[in-house]
Amino acid sequence: MDLEARVLKVFKEVLEIKGDVDPSTLKYNETANWASLAHITLVAALESEFDIMLEPDDILAMSNYAEAIRIIRKAANAS
Amino acid sequence: MQVDLSDRVAIVTGSSRGIGFATAKRLALAGAHVVINSRQDDPRLAEAAEAIRAVATTQILPVAADVGTAQGAAALVKTAFESFRRVDILVNNAGLLKEAPIGMIGNDDIRALIDANLGSVLNMTQAVSRVMARRKAGTIVNLTSIMGRRGRAGQFAYSASKAGVIGATLAAAKELAKSGIRVNAVAPGYIETSMTGHITADQKAALLTSIPAGRAGTPEDVAAVVCFLVSDFASYVTGQVLGVDGGMIA
Repeated sequence: MDLEARVLKVFKEVLEIKGDVDPSTLKYNETANWASLAHITLVAALESEFDIMLEPDDILAMSNYAEAIRIIRKAANAS
Repeated sequence: MQVDLSDRVAIVTGSSRGIGFATAKRLALAGAHVVINSRQDDPRLAEAAEAIRAVATTQILPVAADVGTAQGAAALVKTAFESFRRVDILVNNAGLLKEAPIGMIGNDDIRALIDANLGSVLNMTQAVSRVMARRKAGTIVNLTSIMGRRGRAGQFAYSASKAGVIGATLAAAKELAKSGIRVNAVAPGYIETSMTGHITADQKAALLTSIPAGRAGTPEDVAAVVCFLVSDFASYVTGQVLGVDGGMIA
Protein backbone atom coordinates (compact mmCIF):
# COMPACT_ATOMS: atom_id res chain seq x y z
CA MET A 1 0.00 0.00 0.00
CA ASP A 2 1.49 3.36 -0.99
CA LEU A 3 1.76 6.38 1.28
CA GLU A 4 -1.37 8.14 0.03
CA ALA A 5 -3.48 5.01 0.41
CA ARG A 6 -2.22 4.51 3.98
CA VAL A 7 -2.97 8.13 4.87
CA LEU A 8 -6.47 7.85 3.42
CA LYS A 9 -7.06 4.62 5.32
CA VAL A 10 -6.17 6.37 8.59
CA PHE A 11 -8.39 9.35 7.74
CA LYS A 12 -11.35 7.07 7.02
CA GLU A 13 -10.85 5.07 10.21
CA VAL A 14 -10.43 8.06 12.52
CA LEU A 15 -13.11 10.24 10.94
CA GLU A 16 -15.43 7.23 10.58
CA ILE A 17 -15.97 7.77 6.86
CA LYS A 18 -17.97 4.97 5.29
CA GLY A 19 -17.55 4.11 1.62
CA ASP A 20 -15.70 6.14 -1.01
CA VAL A 21 -14.65 9.73 -0.47
CA ASP A 22 -12.96 12.37 -2.59
CA PRO A 23 -9.78 13.07 -0.57
CA SER A 24 -9.62 16.67 -1.85
CA THR A 25 -12.81 17.42 0.09
CA LEU A 26 -11.30 16.46 3.46
CA LYS A 27 -10.78 19.70 5.41
CA TYR A 28 -10.32 20.51 9.07
CA ASN A 29 -13.45 21.96 10.68
CA GLU A 30 -15.42 21.30 7.49
CA THR A 31 -15.40 17.53 7.19
CA ALA A 32 -17.78 15.82 9.61
CA ASN A 33 -16.00 14.54 12.75
CA TRP A 34 -12.77 16.46 11.95
CA ALA A 35 -12.64 19.00 14.80
CA SER A 36 -10.02 19.75 17.43
CA LEU A 37 -10.17 16.56 19.50
CA ALA A 38 -10.38 14.36 16.42
CA HIS A 39 -7.40 16.22 14.97
CA ILE A 40 -5.15 15.02 17.79
CA THR A 41 -6.49 11.49 17.39
CA LEU A 42 -5.83 11.73 13.66
CA VAL A 43 -2.28 12.97 14.21
CA ALA A 44 -1.57 10.21 16.74
CA ALA A 45 -2.94 7.59 14.33
CA LEU A 46 -0.84 8.92 11.45
CA GLU A 47 2.26 9.01 13.65
CA SER A 48 1.59 5.43 14.70
CA GLU A 49 0.92 4.25 11.13
CA PHE A 50 4.21 5.71 9.85
CA ASP A 51 6.19 5.39 13.11
CA ILE A 52 7.10 9.07 13.05
CA MET A 53 6.78 12.11 15.30
CA LEU A 54 5.45 15.30 13.80
CA GLU A 55 6.60 18.79 14.67
CA PRO A 56 4.14 21.09 16.49
CA ASP A 57 4.03 23.46 13.53
CA ASP A 58 3.18 20.60 11.18
CA ILE A 59 0.34 19.45 13.43
CA LEU A 60 -1.17 22.92 13.34
CA ALA A 61 -0.63 23.19 9.57
CA MET A 62 -2.35 19.91 8.76
CA SER A 63 -5.61 21.53 7.74
CA ASN A 64 -6.57 19.33 4.79
CA TYR A 65 -5.75 16.02 3.16
CA ALA A 66 -3.22 17.43 0.68
CA GLU A 67 -1.32 19.13 3.51
CA ALA A 68 -1.38 15.88 5.45
CA ILE A 69 0.17 14.03 2.52
CA ARG A 70 2.88 16.68 2.20
CA ILE A 71 3.67 16.65 5.93
CA ILE A 72 3.63 12.86 6.28
CA ARG A 73 5.84 12.43 3.21
CA LYS A 74 8.34 14.94 4.58
CA ALA A 75 8.42 13.29 8.01
CA ALA A 76 8.61 9.77 6.61
CA ASN A 77 11.51 10.72 4.34
CA ALA A 78 13.33 12.33 7.27
CA SER A 79 13.06 9.32 9.59
CA MET B 1 6.31 -3.97 48.04
CA GLN B 2 8.87 -3.72 45.26
CA VAL B 3 8.17 -1.45 42.31
CA ASP B 4 9.16 -3.06 39.03
CA LEU B 5 9.57 -0.73 36.04
CA SER B 6 11.62 -3.15 33.95
CA ASP B 7 11.86 -2.19 30.27
CA ARG B 8 9.79 0.95 30.71
CA VAL B 9 11.07 4.25 29.40
CA ALA B 10 10.87 7.38 31.53
CA ILE B 11 11.57 11.03 30.88
CA VAL B 12 12.38 13.18 33.90
CA THR B 13 12.70 16.87 33.13
CA GLY B 14 15.01 19.04 35.19
CA SER B 15 16.89 16.03 36.51
CA SER B 16 20.49 17.16 36.82
CA ARG B 17 20.06 17.72 40.56
CA GLY B 18 17.66 17.81 43.48
CA ILE B 19 14.26 16.14 43.28
CA GLY B 20 14.59 15.46 39.56
CA PHE B 21 17.91 13.71 39.98
CA ALA B 22 16.67 11.64 42.93
CA THR B 23 13.58 10.66 40.92
CA ALA B 24 15.56 9.68 37.82
CA LYS B 25 17.86 7.58 39.98
CA ARG B 26 14.95 5.92 41.76
CA LEU B 27 13.20 5.04 38.49
CA ALA B 28 16.43 3.64 37.06
CA LEU B 29 16.95 1.48 40.16
CA ALA B 30 13.39 0.19 39.68
CA GLY B 31 14.36 -0.97 36.20
CA ALA B 32 13.38 1.90 33.90
CA HIS B 33 15.49 3.32 31.13
CA VAL B 34 15.62 7.03 31.91
CA VAL B 35 16.00 10.10 29.74
CA ILE B 36 17.37 12.81 31.99
CA ASN B 37 17.18 16.45 31.03
CA SER B 38 18.18 19.95 31.85
CA ARG B 39 18.59 23.21 29.99
CA GLN B 40 21.29 23.53 27.40
CA ASP B 41 23.57 25.53 29.67
CA ASP B 42 23.68 23.06 32.59
CA PRO B 43 27.06 21.31 32.83
CA ARG B 44 25.77 19.04 35.61
CA LEU B 45 23.68 16.93 33.23
CA ALA B 46 26.54 14.67 32.12
CA GLU B 47 27.67 14.29 35.74
CA ALA B 48 24.14 13.30 36.75
CA ALA B 49 24.04 10.66 34.01
CA GLU B 50 27.33 9.20 35.21
CA ALA B 51 26.18 9.18 38.82
CA ILE B 52 23.05 7.20 37.94
CA ARG B 53 24.94 4.81 35.66
CA ALA B 54 27.25 4.06 38.58
CA VAL B 55 24.38 2.49 40.55
CA ALA B 56 21.88 1.36 37.90
CA THR B 57 22.16 -1.08 35.01
CA THR B 58 19.54 0.46 32.75
CA GLN B 59 20.14 2.94 29.94
CA ILE B 60 20.52 6.58 30.98
CA LEU B 61 20.24 9.11 28.17
CA PRO B 62 21.05 12.76 28.92
CA VAL B 63 19.27 15.22 26.63
CA ALA B 64 19.70 18.97 26.94
CA ALA B 65 16.53 20.88 26.01
CA ASP B 66 14.58 23.86 27.28
CA VAL B 67 11.16 22.31 27.93
CA GLY B 68 9.77 25.75 28.70
CA THR B 69 9.47 26.08 24.92
CA ALA B 70 7.23 23.94 22.72
CA GLN B 71 10.15 23.26 20.38
CA GLY B 72 12.40 22.12 23.23
CA ALA B 73 9.76 19.81 24.65
CA ALA B 74 8.99 18.31 21.25
CA ALA B 75 12.68 17.75 20.60
CA LEU B 76 13.12 16.00 23.94
CA VAL B 77 10.17 13.66 23.37
CA LYS B 78 11.27 13.00 19.81
CA THR B 79 14.79 12.08 20.91
CA ALA B 80 13.41 9.77 23.59
CA PHE B 81 11.04 8.12 21.12
CA GLU B 82 13.67 7.71 18.43
CA SER B 83 16.05 6.17 20.97
CA PHE B 84 13.67 3.75 22.65
CA ARG B 85 10.58 3.62 20.35
CA ARG B 86 8.33 4.19 23.36
CA VAL B 87 7.76 6.49 26.32
CA ASP B 88 5.87 5.08 29.31
CA ILE B 89 6.55 7.59 32.06
CA LEU B 90 6.91 11.36 32.16
CA VAL B 91 7.89 13.24 35.29
CA ASN B 92 7.48 16.98 34.81
CA ASN B 93 9.95 18.26 37.36
CA ALA B 94 11.70 21.16 35.62
CA GLY B 95 11.14 24.45 37.34
CA LEU B 96 12.64 27.39 39.09
CA LEU B 97 11.98 29.53 42.14
CA LYS B 98 12.26 33.30 42.29
CA GLU B 99 11.09 35.25 45.30
CA ALA B 100 10.07 38.88 45.34
CA PRO B 101 7.32 40.96 46.94
CA ILE B 102 4.29 41.93 44.90
CA GLY B 103 5.10 45.06 42.93
CA MET B 104 8.77 44.13 42.67
CA ILE B 105 8.53 41.27 40.21
CA GLY B 106 9.82 42.11 36.77
CA ASN B 107 7.93 40.98 33.71
CA ASP B 108 10.91 38.92 32.58
CA ASP B 109 10.91 37.05 35.89
CA ILE B 110 7.17 36.42 35.66
CA ARG B 111 7.58 35.09 32.14
CA ALA B 112 10.52 32.90 33.16
CA LEU B 113 8.63 31.40 36.11
CA ILE B 114 5.49 30.67 34.13
CA ASP B 115 7.42 29.17 31.21
CA ALA B 116 9.64 27.00 33.41
CA ASN B 117 7.06 25.83 35.93
CA LEU B 118 3.81 25.71 33.98
CA GLY B 119 4.71 26.05 30.31
CA SER B 120 7.02 23.04 30.60
CA VAL B 121 4.16 20.90 31.92
CA LEU B 122 1.84 22.00 29.10
CA ASN B 123 4.48 21.56 26.42
CA MET B 124 5.67 18.16 27.59
CA THR B 125 2.17 16.81 28.14
CA GLN B 126 1.14 17.84 24.64
CA ALA B 127 4.21 16.25 23.10
CA VAL B 128 4.28 13.00 25.05
CA SER B 129 0.57 12.19 25.20
CA ARG B 130 0.45 11.31 21.50
CA VAL B 131 3.34 8.88 21.93
CA MET B 132 1.75 7.28 24.99
CA ALA B 133 -1.62 7.11 23.27
CA ARG B 134 -0.18 4.81 20.63
CA ARG B 135 0.22 2.09 23.25
CA LYS B 136 -2.94 3.13 25.10
CA ALA B 137 -0.79 3.37 28.22
CA GLY B 138 1.31 5.89 30.06
CA THR B 139 1.62 7.83 33.25
CA ILE B 140 2.53 11.44 33.95
CA VAL B 141 3.49 12.94 37.30
CA ASN B 142 3.70 16.70 37.63
CA LEU B 143 5.71 18.35 40.38
CA THR B 144 3.66 21.12 41.87
CA SER B 145 4.27 22.56 45.34
CA ILE B 146 2.60 23.16 48.65
CA MET B 147 2.75 26.81 47.54
CA GLY B 148 0.37 25.99 44.70
CA ARG B 149 -2.20 24.90 47.28
CA ARG B 150 -1.57 27.36 50.12
CA GLY B 151 0.39 30.25 48.61
CA ARG B 152 3.20 32.04 50.40
CA ALA B 153 4.07 35.69 50.86
CA GLY B 154 7.01 36.55 48.63
CA GLN B 155 6.18 33.74 46.21
CA PHE B 156 3.33 35.37 44.31
CA ALA B 157 4.32 34.31 40.78
CA TYR B 158 5.81 30.99 41.87
CA SER B 159 2.64 30.04 43.77
CA ALA B 160 0.52 31.01 40.76
CA SER B 161 2.61 28.90 38.42
CA LYS B 162 2.39 25.88 40.72
CA ALA B 163 -1.37 26.32 41.17
CA GLY B 164 -1.57 26.24 37.38
CA VAL B 165 0.17 22.88 37.41
CA ILE B 166 -2.62 21.49 39.59
CA GLY B 167 -5.25 22.74 37.13
CA ALA B 168 -3.33 21.23 34.24
CA THR B 169 -3.07 17.93 36.09
CA LEU B 170 -6.79 17.72 36.75
CA ALA B 171 -7.74 18.63 33.17
CA ALA B 172 -5.21 16.26 31.63
CA ALA B 173 -6.32 13.40 33.88
CA LYS B 174 -9.87 13.79 32.60
CA GLU B 175 -8.94 14.20 28.94
CA LEU B 176 -6.28 11.50 28.71
CA ALA B 177 -7.95 8.75 30.75
CA LYS B 178 -9.64 7.39 27.66
CA SER B 179 -6.20 7.01 26.08
CA GLY B 180 -5.01 4.91 29.01
CA ILE B 181 -2.85 7.72 30.40
CA ARG B 182 -2.88 8.52 34.12
CA VAL B 183 -1.94 12.01 35.28
CA ASN B 184 -1.19 12.91 38.89
CA ALA B 185 0.70 15.57 40.78
CA VAL B 186 2.99 15.57 43.77
CA ALA B 187 3.08 18.60 46.01
CA PRO B 188 6.28 18.72 48.05
CA GLY B 189 6.44 20.81 51.18
CA TYR B 190 9.75 22.03 52.53
CA ILE B 191 12.37 19.86 50.82
CA GLU B 192 16.07 20.54 51.37
CA THR B 193 17.58 21.11 47.95
CA SER B 194 19.69 23.79 46.32
CA MET B 195 16.42 25.53 45.43
CA THR B 196 15.74 26.10 49.13
CA GLY B 197 19.37 26.73 50.01
CA HIS B 198 18.76 30.47 50.38
CA ILE B 199 16.56 29.94 53.44
CA THR B 200 18.22 31.31 56.59
CA ALA B 201 18.63 29.34 59.81
CA ASP B 202 15.92 31.41 61.48
CA GLN B 203 13.53 30.87 58.58
CA LYS B 204 14.29 27.16 58.63
CA ALA B 205 13.60 26.95 62.36
CA ALA B 206 10.28 28.69 61.85
CA LEU B 207 9.40 26.38 58.98
CA LEU B 208 10.17 23.29 61.02
CA THR B 209 7.67 24.33 63.66
CA SER B 210 4.96 24.12 60.97
CA ILE B 211 5.89 20.57 59.97
CA PRO B 212 4.18 17.95 62.15
CA ALA B 213 6.74 15.33 61.10
CA GLY B 214 9.39 17.53 62.70
CA ARG B 215 11.90 17.48 59.88
CA ALA B 216 12.49 18.82 56.42
CA GLY B 217 11.85 16.47 53.51
CA THR B 218 14.53 15.07 51.25
CA PRO B 219 14.55 14.64 47.47
CA GLU B 220 14.41 10.90 48.09
CA ASP B 221 11.14 11.32 50.03
CA VAL B 222 9.57 12.86 46.93
CA ALA B 223 11.19 10.41 44.52
CA ALA B 224 9.69 7.46 46.41
CA VAL B 225 6.18 8.85 46.01
CA VAL B 226 6.70 9.59 42.32
CA CYS B 227 7.97 6.04 41.86
CA PHE B 228 4.80 4.69 43.47
CA LEU B 229 2.54 6.88 41.32
CA VAL B 230 4.15 5.76 38.05
CA SER B 231 4.03 2.10 39.05
CA ASP B 232 1.31 -0.46 38.51
CA PHE B 233 0.50 -0.22 42.22
CA ALA B 234 -1.20 3.08 41.33
CA SER B 235 -2.93 1.82 38.18
CA TYR B 236 -6.34 3.14 39.32
CA VAL B 237 -5.03 6.48 40.57
CA THR B 238 -5.41 9.52 38.34
CA GLY B 239 -6.22 13.20 38.83
CA GLN B 240 -4.79 13.27 42.35
CA VAL B 241 -2.52 15.79 44.06
CA LEU B 242 -0.48 13.98 46.67
CA GLY B 243 1.24 16.05 49.33
CA VAL B 244 4.75 15.08 50.39
CA ASP B 245 5.03 17.60 53.17
CA GLY B 246 5.36 15.88 56.53
CA GLY B 247 1.83 16.88 57.40
CA MET B 248 2.01 20.61 56.66
CA ILE B 249 -1.44 20.45 55.01
CA ALA B 250 -2.89 17.86 57.36
